[in-house]
Amino acid sequence: MPRYLSMIRIDEQNAPAEGPSDALMERMGELIEEMTKAGVLLDTSGLKPTAEGTRVRWEGGEMSVTDGPFTEAKEVVGGYAMLQAKDMAEAVEWTKRFLQIHEAHWTVTCEVREIVEG
Amino acid sequence: MTPEPSEPSADAPARAIETVFRIESPRIIAGVARIVRDVGIAEELAQDALVAALEQWPREGVPDNPGAWLMATAKHRAIDLVRRRERYARKLAEMGRNLEAAAPHGHVDEPADPDDIDDDLLRLVFTACHPVLSAEARIGLTLRLLGGLTTVEIARAYLVPEATVAQRIVRAKRTLAAKSVAFEVPYGPEREARLGSVLEVIYLIFNEGYAATAGDDLLRPALCEDALRLARVLAELMPKEPEVHGLVALLEIQASRSAARTGPSGEPVLLKDQQRSRWNRLLIRRGFAALARAETVSTGAMSTGGVPGPYVLQAAIAACHAHAHTYEETDWARIATLYGLLAARAPSPVVELNRAVAVSMADGPEAGLAIVDALAAEPALRGYHLLPSVRGDLLERVGRVEEAREEFERAASLTRNERERGLLLERARSAH
Repeated sequence: MPRYLSMIRIDEQNAPAEGPSDALMERMGELIEEMTKAGVLLDTSGLKPTAEGTRVRWEGGEMSVTDGPFTEAKEVVGGYAMLQAKDMAEAVEWTKRFLQIHEAHWTVTCEVREIVEG
Repeated sequence: MTPEPSEPSADAPARAIETVFRIESPRIIAGVARIVRDVGIAEELAQDALVAALEQWPREGVPDNPGAWLMATAKHRAIDLVRRRERYARKLAEMGRNLEAAAPHGHVDEPADPDDIDDDLLRLVFTACHPVLSAEARIGLTLRLLGGLTTVEIARAYLVPEATVAQRIVRAKRTLAAKSVAFEVPYGPEREARLGSVLEVIYLIFNEGYAATAGDDLLRPALCEDALRLARVLAELMPKEPEVHGLVALLEIQASRSAARTGPSGEPVLLKDQQRSRWNRLLIRRGFAALARAETVSTGAMSTGGVPGPYVLQAAIAACHAHAHTYEETDWARIATLYGLLAARAPSPVVELNRAVAVSMADGPEAGLAIVDALAAEPALRGYHLLPSVRGDLLERVGRVEEAREEFERAASLTRNERERGLLLERARSAH
């Protein structure tokens, strides 16, 4: 039963300014509980905005450090979930359920990737 | 899991439906079993709901809440079945079942109350692990109904023919029906023993994956993960039971070592030689958290004389290893103490053997050897390859090389695992 990392990408420029509604947070809480009870959810968290992030880059033997915000990025990782599921289809089904609880004015992309074991 | 060959995309909707069904099936079977009071019939009705979905969804679209749709469909069929049975029963002038008691509260189309689903799942767990069934039957039924494995997958995991597994499961369902096993969670005096049976089933599944008793691979990780998932689910269903959290902690920490337990060509790597950087930190952290939960709930619960249960103790031992960044840092004195508590709480020759190892590390090989020699005549360990393997190791450490060599050879002749045999023969050759 492989593990999957779902990288939750949002467009920070156009995300709802007021953040997640109370109703969304409540649905999120219920879904997290359900996924935990199903033994699927291993870990999940949101990330602080990229404005507070730092990029450390190694290129051509040189190190560079850049503080956010990173203007050129359209969609950035705003959170993650680590799932344990039987296969990609199962991980995608749970990911759909996570997206479905958002209101229609949200644009969210989840990139689901299998974790290399061993 | 070996990946299935990819289907042509025309089957995509069907595959998506099957995925939803696989996720939901334990809950559906549990919900339906409460109505029909028979896990075999419940499983058939759940399958009927899947067939209905495969017919309707591609035509009419996937419902907003596919899980609730499947549940409602299966429950409708269950209620119809009970009604038909009742009519039949009345015709036979027998006492009919009181349908009101069996029907779910409220309207069937509404999403079920999560608490009701949890209760139903718990009933399913206790029924599948009922002591009237053999250990093999319990394992098969649990993997099938709660783990959502197909008989093919179970057969592959246990290296037995599929027909054997299928038959085992059919017989198990028949036995439950024939013995009129109630679809309920036990309370009162039998509860602890029945919970013990559930924990044992999950532990046996994990162990079969962790220390494959037969075949060429040392590990069958899929089974470990199935067991771990079952344990995690159970911990959420029974959050007040310290031993359930103890089992979760034990399995999380054991599983954290999976990647380090085999070398490049699949040979086993002993704990002391494992590259600890390859231990999975997330699983270790989860294991520690589960152990902490066990301790939290046991302070509030009625505990047997303050001594933790066997799973909590084993988890505490596993946690000692996980806390040590190098083998040399291992707190063997604490591990020996914990094995002492375990030997008092749940005495077994295997525990005693492990205690001997810990004592030999804490107080020297002579002290360990004294415990092992006392086990030599233990009938339960006759044919158990780890006894001569441990004894060989201790003899080698006290400089009795010839005897050590004989013990390693004896151990090699007893193990059924090819990988392990190679390792033991190597130790016999290199004993010095």
